[in-house]
Amino acid sequence: MALSQKTKEVLLGPLNANNPILVQILGICSALAVTVQLKPALVMGIAVTIIVAMSNVVISLIRNTIPMRIRIIIQLVVVAALVTIVNEILKAFAYDVSVQLSVYTGLIITNCILMGRLEAFAMSNNAWDSLLDGLGNGLGYAIILVIVAFIRELLGSGSLLGFQVIPQWCYDHGYVNNGMMMMPAMALILVGCIIWVHRSVNKEDKK
Amino acid sequence: MEHAIGLFVRSIFADNMIFAYFLGMCSYLAVSKNVKTSAGLGVAVTFVLLVTVPVNYLLQQYVLGPDCLVEGVDLSYLSFIIFIAVIAAIVQIVEMVVERFSPSLYASLGIFLPLIAVNCAIMGASLFMQQRVILDATDPKAITSFGDSLMYALGSGIGWLMAICCLAGIREKMEYNDVPKPLQGLGITFITVGLMAMAFMCFSGINIG
Repeated sequence: MALSQKTKEVLLGPLNANNPILVQILGICSALAVTVQLKPALVMGIAVTIIVAMSNVVISLIRNTIPMRIRIIIQLVVVAALVTIVNEILKAFAYDVSVQLSVYTGLIITNCILMGRLEAFAMSNNAWDSLLDGLGNGLGYAIILVIVAFIRELLGSGSLLGFQVIPQWCYDHGYVNNGMMMMPAMALILVGCIIWVHRSVNKEDKK
Repeated sequence: MEHAIGLFVRSIFADNMIFAYFLGMCSYLAVSKNVKTSAGLGVAVTFVLLVTVPVNYLLQQYVLGPDCLVEGVDLSYLSFIIFIAVIAAIVQIVEMVVERFSPSLYASLGIFLPLIAVNCAIMGASLFMQQRVILDATDPKAITSFGDSLMYALGSGIGWLMAICCLAGIREKMEYNDVPKPLQGLGITFITVGLMAMAFMCFSGINIG
């Protein structure tokens, strides 16, 4: 299936040039808190992608019947219902990850990416485009999560996805894990650095 | 009483919404360009927290908890929908009340109120409250009474207010600094918040009562 120019833009734009975290500064709250290890970050990225895509579709299907004045509450309820489903699924099939994510799965509801996409895109576009837009934005969010979590887990505990990556002889010769990486503050500084790199590379689309 | 004060102080410093849990980050970064608007948003957040957390506490205790409404039924899986609906509704009511009775406050606060419904800090405080309700009463983080939930809400709100005012103060001064071009604006703000968060970690040992 050949993708048209517009479809491509809708789907792939948010991955880099229009990334929700780096450029639009949305959804940072949860992005930072779950990135100590790679596994919860991956799960969170997938969960958000699914929820953004699904809620985009639902809202775009019912967009013509929503009264303008109470649209925020309706959007919130749709999102909250989807988040509840995802949370129950996580509890059933990946209990340890859901414990690690704790309140942050619930906080997907107030993730600004969701509200931002619903307001800016799903309210004025058809279901198929909204699905692609949701997938694109969710993946753009997931990529940043995975990059930050990769760096933090590798340097902070010397492992990836729970498997030891840095061999024992390195520790024997005096290599020490960087405890700083485990602290919440480093997530902020890492995202700051990623924004720095991102803006240096994409110079033209700076405000 | 000691417990409530301990909870209050902890939620301002050690469990600061911004520096320990990154909640309410979006509006925190977007609005903290000058101290005056930041203070306005901070007061609004504190106010909404003060109303929503106790209401959600009562709901959790008397409706959602196990065996509360119907014997043998645990409704806590509904908590996301109930909490967010309560928050959205209360924000709407607060907005209307403020508009009716204090137009001057509305003029300075009004634009932020709709934003607050989707502020992670508000929802996060309710969800943390839900987690802390089931803790043992001797745990310094436990919320065991209505008063505790009020104290927790007030402390979290003041912590948020303080954090956003600090950042706004720094950002106002930073306008004049020579920051590398790609790092300007958002990048340097992130790093500043990171450094502030590190400073706040010194408070994590606090324990009163």
